[in-house]
Amino acid sequence: MTDPGGDYSKNELMIAASARLLAGVENCFVGVGLPNIVCNLAQRTVAPELQLVYESGAFGARPQRLPLSIGDPTLATGATAITSMFELFAFYLQAGLIDVAFLGGAQIDRYGNLNTTVIGDYGRPKVRLPGSGGACEIAIHARKILVIMRQATRSFVAKLDFRTSPGHSGDPEHDRARGWSGSGPTNVVTDLATYGFDDETGEMTLQTMHPGVSFDDVRAAMGWEPKVSPDVGETPPPSAEELRLIREELDPQGIHTK
Amino acid sequence: MRDAVADLVRDGDTVAIEGFTHLICFAAGHEIIRQGRRDLTLARMTPDVIYDQMIGAGVARKLIFSWLGNPGVGSLHAVRRRVEDQDPGPLELEEYSHFGMVCRYVAGAANLPFFPIRSYFESDIPEVNPKIVPMTSPYDDSDEVYVVPPLRPDVTIVHAQRADAEGNTQIWGLLGCQKEAAFAADRVIVVVEEVVDDDVIRRDPNRTVIPGVVVDAVVEEPFACHPSFAQGYYDRDNDFYVAWDKIARDPDSLDSWLKEWVFDLGSHRDYVEKWGEAHWASLKPGSAPSGEVDYGSYT
Repeated sequence: MTDPGGDYSKNELMIAASARLLAGVENCFVGVGLPNIVCNLAQRTVAPELQLVYESGAFGARPQRLPLSIGDPTLATGATAITSMFELFAFYLQAGLIDVAFLGGAQIDRYGNLNTTVIGDYGRPKVRLPGSGGACEIAIHARKILVIMRQATRSFVAKLDFRTSPGHSGDPEHDRARGWSGSGPTNVVTDLATYGFDDETGEMTLQTMHPGVSFDDVRAAMGWEPKVSPDVGETPPPSAEELRLIREELDPQGIHTK
Repeated sequence: MRDAVADLVRDGDTVAIEGFTHLICFAAGHEIIRQGRRDLTLARMTPDVIYDQMIGAGVARKLIFSWLGNPGVGSLHAVRRRVEDQDPGPLELEEYSHFGMVCRYVAGAANLPFFPIRSYFESDIPEVNPKIVPMTSPYDDSDEVYVVPPLRPDVTIVHAQRADAEGNTQIWGLLGCQKEAAFAADRVIVVVEEVVDDDVIRRDPNRTVIPGVVVDAVVEEPFACHPSFAQGYYDRDNDFYVAWDKIARDPDSLDSWLKEWVFDLGSHRDYVEKWGEAHWASLKPGSAPSGEVDYGSYT
């Protein structure tokens, strides 16, 4: 693969591309690592009203430092509310109040189903992964699911080893009849490209490739022949202001962005 | 702590040491290791480094959980050795999602036979855990939910900022499911940074999370959460969480760590002393006091 070029890292490009997906969003379930920086960047750019929600019970968090986990004490100090975990999952998530959530996983398939449980057989796994956490119910109830993952043939697979969190089923009628408050995964951002999901079939669809990335690069890093949008284009690189915010304010030590 | 664990934690018990990143009572886990408990079923939403230490020390035969990892760092290697390589023996797993685990405690606390939730649809989790069961609403044939069974630990151990001598317990910051896990349990140990007079509790009753009526033992043990944290008292020791990843990768280095930091120390007080004052000073946060409310006086 050729170098993406430009004076920014792959992670910085992924962060900027993901933050733009949050334009106008009011609240977002945040994870640690990249999603945390994405949400904080969006709050300073395209979504000034964005409330950060953490499954630890912090609603409307205003972290004064980069949280090291979803239970960092900086999430409690200055938050709008701290709820019990029961309230957060029952009254906020299950009741349909969460607009957007970030999920990731060890494996994703073409319909956005995610595996965070095991690689190999469940009873005797090759790799024991963390399990669901809140992901299973988040996938069902958050109105939109955004996925940030690195792309490789072992993670973008034709068939999951285990389905922890449901995406689209591949049967549009079935998806419509589910009656879930969430509409499933809407976007995937990887280190190579961005994807949407076909309105009709629910299939992951290549939308943009990052600067310097070819279709062959993308195809070589996934386990199925991807559907391609007719107007597939190039991912816009991060702007100077986005890079300044990431480097000076959000991750000055470059923990997640180098 | 020694007496509370000796009296209330027995071989074969189901033990929940709760706390969601915040208020995880490592000192209680260390005391359980020191006293050589065996065949425990450990329950926790997020088996953290403390359960990796306990499982590495051989106290448990089973784990009930919803997210298994070293938060913000990576894997729990002692647990993974047991699961992936059956080394040094198998570990039984019973797994849920976070919402499922929370509702298991709620059902246990509220004396309910099960709790219905809208989760697990089209997930493989119910296939590997037959205790997660689909159910149709008795009021609407088209409304399907999943139910989870109550979780009633033999012993729940929670950490908190403060309690009075009767065990009336106040927490601020992230609440986890300390309250639900305490009400669900047969026996409850509350460990606090400070035991305070009962009038401190009565001045702010909205902050009381666990009433003394469900508490069997109160232990004052400052810094008992380390490397977890107590909001307002000390920060999470993230360097230790990172260091644990390396320690636990190798069973011999894990054993050496347990010897040096658990077995060779008589108590948590020795552990605090061994880390040294400079370490505790480095974890002390700045100040951000809450505003006060006026409850009014009605005589």
